[in-house]
Amino acid sequence: MAISRPSPPPARTAAAPSGAATTPAEPAADLRVDLGGVTLANPIVTASGTFGSGREINQFFDVNRLGAVVVKSITRHPRPGLPTPRMVETSGGMLNAIGLQNGGIDAWLAEDLPWLRQHGVPAIVSIAGNTVEDYQVLAQRLRGVEGILAVEANISCPNVEDRGTVFACRTEATREAIRVVTANLSVPVFAKLTPDVTDITAIAASAREAGATGVSLINTLLGMAIDAETGRPRLGGVTGGLSGPAIKPVAVRAIHQVHQALPDIPIIGMGGVSTVTDVVELIRAGATAVAVGTATFGNPMASLEVLEALPDWLAARGIDRVADLRGTVQLPG
Amino acid sequence: MSSQITPRGSDPQVFGREEGPLRAFCEVLGAKRVGSYWSLTFVAPAIAERARPGQFVTLAVDVGGATLRRPFSIASVSQQGPWAGTIEIVFSGVGQGTHWLAQRGKHDVLDLVGPLGRGFPLPNRQVPALLVGGGYGAAPMLYLARTLGARGHRVDVVLGARTAEQIYNTIEAKRAAASATFTTDDGSLGTQGIVTDVLDGVAEHGRSEVVYGCGPMPMLAGVARWAADRGLPSQVAVEEAMACGTGVCMTCVVPVRRKGQRRNVRACVEGPVLNGARVDWDAVRSPAMAQHELDEETG
Repeated sequence: MAISRPSPPPARTAAAPSGAATTPAEPAADLRVDLGGVTLANPIVTASGTFGSGREINQFFDVNRLGAVVVKSITRHPRPGLPTPRMVETSGGMLNAIGLQNGGIDAWLAEDLPWLRQHGVPAIVSIAGNTVEDYQVLAQRLRGVEGILAVEANISCPNVEDRGTVFACRTEATREAIRVVTANLSVPVFAKLTPDVTDITAIAASAREAGATGVSLINTLLGMAIDAETGRPRLGGVTGGLSGPAIKPVAVRAIHQVHQALPDIPIIGMGGVSTVTDVVELIRAGATAVAVGTATFGNPMASLEVLEALPDWLAARGIDRVADLRGTVQLPG
Repeated sequence: MSSQITPRGSDPQVFGREEGPLRAFCEVLGAKRVGSYWSLTFVAPAIAERARPGQFVTLAVDVGGATLRRPFSIASVSQQGPWAGTIEIVFSGVGQGTHWLAQRGKHDVLDLVGPLGRGFPLPNRQVPALLVGGGYGAAPMLYLARTLGARGHRVDVVLGARTAEQIYNTIEAKRAAASATFTTDDGSLGTQGIVTDVLDGVAEHGRSEVVYGCGPMPMLAGVARWAADRGLPSQVAVEEAMACGTGVCMTCVVPVRRKGQRRNVRACVEGPVLNGARVDWDAVRSPAMAQHELDEETG
């Protein structure tokens, strides 16, 4: 494979309008990726909490064109979320403190899943809890349910049984939460990890030991903003998660570290992705699939635009299979 | 439907479906100053065709490090003229993003998404309507006033602001309504005070049966409470910090009571126009509300 060697783009028209008839070119690159035993048609997915239920963005394009839609985190019971303000724009990103507002698993199974199935949307279900039992109950409710491609366990949540310490900040809590999820499900399970830890490879390894198929990297970074005039926190929840282009280097680093330490496990990469080169960067670091997140807030078509740009990027460099790009970072000597 | 990026006729830079919001790259047709505000008019036939009073558009701005769009109520829509479909927005130009917008001129092309959200429901019967606008929230009120006027409603307008130059377009207000009343904090135009000080008189004179509002949250709270006390239905366009405008981010929620239960509804899709009697104003925590409470505490 010559994919690490820069090659000049061939002299042909790039970025032909989608669906337009052009002169027959080389066969389109194979975009399929294997995500821990399930095949995605392409590596572009959505980041949980940035794509609603799927319906909202389907107003703009057929969301079943994406590799998968990762739905907003679902909890055992309905949650009203935090008081506003819930969002502060920052340089190169934003802080959010939503508080996992959602209608609970019963409402999701009754209202949102049927829509996703009806529209042929490959669905990855994100679940979140505050106790090990929450994760267990959620996994049991999802067991055997048709139309679920994989489950993403969002363990970047406060563990109320451990004085609010985030599960994914401790190896033992990670193991406990992931074990009850994997024990109850036959679909692949991905542990979504926070980058706010000293050694993310240790957390990823404990998720793996507990039976996780792979990991999702990264969740938002914890941040805070204060109004200079009033001295008040600018978020109702005081602290919040930082996302957007500002955090992309952190995502690349975390994905790289985990892929180097655990080369065999699939990784769903996310963090500040808004262009096709961002996608390539995360894949070269070690991501199997890449989620577009906050970019969808600024542009509802962001995930589709990235997907449509990917075949041309690959073709221009003579790359036949996107899967061959994975982990192709060229480290010094 | 299989192909979703749909070039529409003569306007190839429009994406979306046969109904619902569109993403469109729109040329600025006109930029002007109105009092202390700014107005931008865009050639946007596809958006204009679908827009209703109370709906909004979001615009991408190019300011250092900003990745989010800025939401704006639609201030007017024109389906006629040589440009066959324009929309106008009005804004303060105070924030970083709107300051950048204020520098845009004719022929600049901006990235718009819209129309978004739920607009003002129009009455089934031809009842007299009272429209209350605060600051540049007056602009969408005048759009509604023209729409109601064209349907044969009597419309009375009350516009309030801190100073005379922050009262949006008094001439258009007088033209669009049977009566136009102004209030300013400093008394530089109309009655010195706030909009709720004059509502009783205007409503009595106009025999108002329905109330509409757009403006800062503390003003909307006052208008909604005033209407509820008099048994009048109210519909108000709320404002909250918003990241996406399309319903996916859950940041712009407003507490609403339904069937005895409080729910956080998204201002961008379930609003921005909400039933004023259902909003739990005491639980609203927008920055403007917090500042309002701070002002009251400190007198």
